[in-house]
Amino acid sequence: MVHTVDRPAGGRIAGGNPHPYIPATDADRAAMLAAIGVSSFEDLVQDIPEHLRFPELTIAESAPELSLSAELAAMAARNVTPGDYACFLGAGAYRHFIPSTVGAILQRGEFVTAYTPYQPEAAQGTLQTGFEFQSAICQLFDMEVANAGMYDGPTAFAEAALMACRLTRRNKVAILETADDRLTAVLRAYSAHQQIEIISIPADGANTPDDIACVAFQSPNLFGVIEDVASLTEKAHAAGALSIAHVNPTAHGLFQPPGKYGVDIVTAEGQPLGVPLSFGGAYVGLFACRQEHIRQLPGRIIGRTTDTQGRTGYVLTLQTREQHIRRERATSNICTSTQLIGLMVAVYVATLGKQGMRDVANLCYQKAHYAASEIAKVPGYSLPVVGAFFHEFAVTCPRSVAETNAALLKRKIIGGYDISDRIPDTMLICVTEMNSRGEIDTLISALREIGGAQ
Amino acid sequence: MTTPMREMDRRLLMDRSVPGRRAVALPESDVPAQPMPDATLLRDDLPLPEIAQLEVIRYFSLLSQLNFSIDTNFYPLGSCTMKYNPKLNDAIASLPGFANIHPNQPAEQVQGAVQLMYELQEALGDLTGLPGVSLAPLAGAQGEYAGLLIARAYHARRNDSARTVAIVPDSAHGTNPASAAMAGLEVVTVPSDASGNVDVDALRSLTDERTAVFMLTMPSTLGLFEPSILEITQIVHSAGGLVYADGANLNALLGMVRLGDLGVDICHSNLHKTFSTPHGGGGPGSGPVMVTEELASFLPEPVAAKSGDTYTLDTPEHSVGKINGFHGSFSILARAYTYIRAMGRDGLKAVAENAILNANYIQAQLKDRFDLAADRYCMHETVLSATRQRKRGVKGLDIAKRLLDHGIHAPTMYFPLIVDEALMVEPTETESKETLDRFIEVMRQIDDEVTSDPETVRTAPHTLPVTRLDEAAAARKPYLRWQE
Repeated sequence: MVHTVDRPAGGRIAGGNPHPYIPATDADRAAMLAAIGVSSFEDLVQDIPEHLRFPELTIAESAPELSLSAELAAMAARNVTPGDYACFLGAGAYRHFIPSTVGAILQRGEFVTAYTPYQPEAAQGTLQTGFEFQSAICQLFDMEVANAGMYDGPTAFAEAALMACRLTRRNKVAILETADDRLTAVLRAYSAHQQIEIISIPADGANTPDDIACVAFQSPNLFGVIEDVASLTEKAHAAGALSIAHVNPTAHGLFQPPGKYGVDIVTAEGQPLGVPLSFGGAYVGLFACRQEHIRQLPGRIIGRTTDTQGRTGYVLTLQTREQHIRRERATSNICTSTQLIGLMVAVYVATLGKQGMRDVANLCYQKAHYAASEIAKVPGYSLPVVGAFFHEFAVTCPRSVAETNAALLKRKIIGGYDISDRIPDTMLICVTEMNSRGEIDTLISALREIGGAQ
Repeated sequence: MTTPMREMDRRLLMDRSVPGRRAVALPESDVPAQPMPDATLLRDDLPLPEIAQLEVIRYFSLLSQLNFSIDTNFYPLGSCTMKYNPKLNDAIASLPGFANIHPNQPAEQVQGAVQLMYELQEALGDLTGLPGVSLAPLAGAQGEYAGLLIARAYHARRNDSARTVAIVPDSAHGTNPASAAMAGLEVVTVPSDASGNVDVDALRSLTDERTAVFMLTMPSTLGLFEPSILEITQIVHSAGGLVYADGANLNALLGMVRLGDLGVDICHSNLHKTFSTPHGGGGPGSGPVMVTEELASFLPEPVAAKSGDTYTLDTPEHSVGKINGFHGSFSILARAYTYIRAMGRDGLKAVAENAILNANYIQAQLKDRFDLAADRYCMHETVLSATRQRKRGVKGLDIAKRLLDHGIHAPTMYFPLIVDEALMVEPTETESKETLDRFIEVMRQIDDEVTSDPETVRTAPHTLPVTRLDEAAAARKPYLRWQE
């Protein structure tokens, strides 16, 4: 490749203009170069091989805010957007009401533009809100301790399985077959080189081998059904293994918390708690466990302490587990995680509070059960899976899921998540408080038309 | 930061809770009442706070004021690239067409989003000279891990599976060895020489048929450009290994040189550093992984592709798989893409030029007072050493804490580990000369104070909401959640 040299324009952009994000003037640059004792900027980068220095780039020249924001708004407008369309998609990410308080606090640059709180005296805001996050997660799940958040739900689930292997010194992970395959896929990537065997066990947990590190399950599961958490946890404990429950946090405004059943590690996707869908990220993984296991907990943990004058304050704690101290012997390589998304969760839970969390869960339950019972009455459609559910349920359609969803989209409805690889012609439909009765009724009449048009 | 904040009521939400209060009301159900499940499935107690809306807002707003942040303070935290986070980035990420789309929507429904991902991949490939890009990694450490999985998959596919060693410089960030261990690699450390460069002879003797990958931080954690880079990549390649560049901080390289041109095979870059997305007090981040054409088929899923006018999300042929739930930190990707377009190729060169100039200016103005880890021109950051101050009884940590009293965030302390009393200073390009001059003046003033009043420095900070916190007690007796 011929290397074409494109020298920087003296700290300016094309046309010799200053850039709004760079304050240095020509006079500033001249003064700084003089203070350094060099005559030109190039003197500072002599270590870079000359024949490779200042490559020509192909990306566009700088765009001013006015035209760029118009261009990107047009790009965003090309997407089919829930809100403009009725949306019945769930399966790992959920559309919920986000109160205005969350957005308002998320406008605060003091939170948004701070670094990880390595200087606790200058980061008490981040630390105390993180402590609130940990407290909220413990209370919602009835668990003893929680960390300050993982990347997302599936990575939290994978880290939980690895933690169970460390705690039990075993290397076999049993995952209930009713869990979303994407959870297993992420664990496979996380454990690829750690001599860990992943086995799938039947939904009733029967014939669970006794050399496993954990029984890991999703509840509500891929089909929306709430698992028998007590029985699965007993089976895990009988094998000397840990019980790992991957749950939906919204459900626990209504349903028994996993801690009630003696679950050892709880993980969840935190997105339903006040975080926009944003095409899958950034989210936050929730991770809670028993106090006795905290030395094997991955990720950051915030603890309460006192200052030299005896006042309460908060710090990052138990850092000897982490990569910046323990390097290759750390409990995980995780460093930057998702503090700001944890803040959204903290503000969301504070805003909804005891009553609001109950109300949201109840609205989801009521609307989803209404939708399920009505869809079951539509000729050609059936609910193939039996069991108590929260806000998602499987629906077998008279036509393929692809055809059904394409026909729904024409009616401005985003249909369910395709699980035809598990049950033929079946989709997982999710209904939350965001779906009005009008939307649900429209979905039902659309399904009737689509099914009848065979 | 003003003094009255110290008087803030720090009680936790649960201690402020009053039964019957609420901060939001939800509508009544509009569907016929449905039968409830077995009562044993339902929870009775839900111990969450009950607080009115104003108190929620006031509590979190006051807490925010206890933080230092880029929006309010100079934040020269080395290795973290605390540059201005443009507000346009946030506005674009919040557009309904980006913020409200569901990750399970197929690519054909969200062509705008997938186009953005594709164009961001193209831009990162252009900037690094490594054309294979996956935006999936959710932070730098995940990008590193993905890169190492790629290296292992590449060797395995060539039936060269005995390559199980990762060579890591002693100056590396802790995630490098931690990620290597996760990838099942044995970590072998290569020392740095007296000028802070990789000891090339030591590297030569450590590379052999067991070398899977050499992990190099570029620029190094000492803020230096590795002058032997071409020799280094040649040594590793001739032993059959791959070169992994931890490009967490690309700020100094934008338009200056491309990692791929230097012989690097794999790198990651933290969008929350070089590409101006906010740190958020510790994430969310994003750590895309970039590779050579030859390694592109091993990238984690998904990779955005373009065919005609249509954009798709694909799984590469020999993909190392799925490393998180969906497609990466899309809200962060939207911010980084906005930034790259706002800067343009001309502006990105200006970024590197001014970042390097600012760091060298600080170094030049402080080297009479502070020792330097390496006395040569630096890239985007300079590593000072407080060894002279230490002889006068004050540690690097004390100087860092004293800076807080002046409203300036501390530099990164005690990193890299190979430098005594390290204070790593990274001003970034977005700070003005006036801000740099004030920092220089404050640093000189603190150096004077080390002689005139060392106790004040040793017990700093004095003007923040708390004084030094007892971290040992926090670890000894963990108190990790609200308790009655």
